[in-house]
Amino acid sequence: MEKLIPVEMTINNQHYSLQVPPSMRLLDLLREKLDFTGTKECCGIGECGVCTVLVDGKAVDSCLMLAVEADGATILTAEGLARDGHLSDLQKTFLEKGAVQCGFCTPGQLMSASYLLSQNPHPTREEVEEGMAGNLCRCGCYERIVDAVLTVSGKDGGEK
Amino acid sequence: MPDFEYVRPQNMSEAVDFLKVHGSETRILAGGTDLLIQLRNDEISSPFILDVKRISELQTGIQQKNGVVSISASATVSEIILNNLINAYFPALITAAKTIGSVQIRNRATIAGNICNASPAADSAPPLLVYGAQVVIAGSKGMRRIPLNEFFIRSGVTALQKDELVAAIELPVPTTKMGAAYLRRTRRRGHDLASVTLCCAIEQTGTVRLAYGSVGPRPVLVVDKSGILVDKKASDEAKMATLESMFAQASPSKTSMRASPAYRLAMLRVLGKEGLDLAISALDELNEGEKSLNEGGK
Repeated sequence: MEKLIPVEMTINNQHYSLQVPPSMRLLDLLREKLDFTGTKECCGIGECGVCTVLVDGKAVDSCLMLAVEADGATILTAEGLARDGHLSDLQKTFLEKGAVQCGFCTPGQLMSASYLLSQNPHPTREEVEEGMAGNLCRCGCYERIVDAVLTVSGKDGGEK
Repeated sequence: MPDFEYVRPQNMSEAVDFLKVHGSETRILAGGTDLLIQLRNDEISSPFILDVKRISELQTGIQQKNGVVSISASATVSEIILNNLINAYFPALITAAKTIGSVQIRNRATIAGNICNASPAADSAPPLLVYGAQVVIAGSKGMRRIPLNEFFIRSGVTALQKDELVAAIELPVPTTKMGAAYLRRTRRRGHDLASVTLCCAIEQTGTVRLAYGSVGPRPVLVVDKSGILVDKKASDEAKMATLESMFAQASPSKTSMRASPAYRLAMLRVLGKEGLDLAISALDELNEGEKSLNEGGK
């Protein structure tokens, strides 16, 4: 039996004191233990980006990080994007632009887009494509996802 | 994922003391973007995983001291891409770093991890070799430094001993102007492992440093001091013959799924020529820039 390790972290503005087994991935902690099921699992090897969350403000694949490595970190998942029951501008724009089809990749796309805009508030189309390259969409919504990110950044003439 | 014990030393002596006793049953965790995949796929199992990210001595990031830029083992690829020193002195390393994985991977992965995995296709390896990187290694007998070219043994194997860990990678600040370029071939655009990697750097003296990877068990560094490759009067035949001799150490795997040996060898030559031209242009640009600066001052 693996020895449990005490960890502390802030997830979506809430503080957690937890005991985690060393081999538990951050993804498993979020999804299975804490029910943040917006964070999906698909490839499990850092290729698809559906498990993207922000750790201390940086987009990472939560399947490639141990829960214990997040000890002391501040984490944001897709559940933390809305404020007081209201969708964020990014979420609204994804809906308006039809950047969502089946929706499975959407939480990861939103997290990567949030990170991109936090680093580069007014990216070019090329920068959005590069910034979102770690998130696959099997419905093929790429154009609309890029459009949505550009719209939020005000690059298309400020339409919101 | 197999069970293991997680060890998180707070300083280097704690880390080294642990490795002295348990080195042979320990895997080192830095960014984890390769290690976690290997653990998940049951390709490795290890009683201990030692996380180096909170070692106090490794919190130095990227610093310049005494003509050397030192990249701490905990510095991520994203930190390297954003760093002013690396951008100013080692632009080909930036080009290479930007091709590693995706944003999410680069936010976790470290350059030290990239070289410790010793993948023949490691993107950071050719530029680090060309820029003369030294690996700073901490162990129970103290610190030692070896050239990166001696660190790589073969795919997945380095000169690192069981009781050692990489503390930093050091790059000497170029003392003369240098033009450099990094190129790679992949199966698809975007997020893919390279089928061939190549970095070419040209010094003001005419010395050409060429490093290439993914065409043999380890990345290769070759240096040509003849000056033929940068001689504008030299014939194309003479240049190709020199390049050809520099590619002699390429021996691509026959079993790799990414590309056939024939394709890799053909592309190596294409990249070699392209890399040489780009490095020459980069050096010309530096010289022109200086010339116009001098003229502007008159």
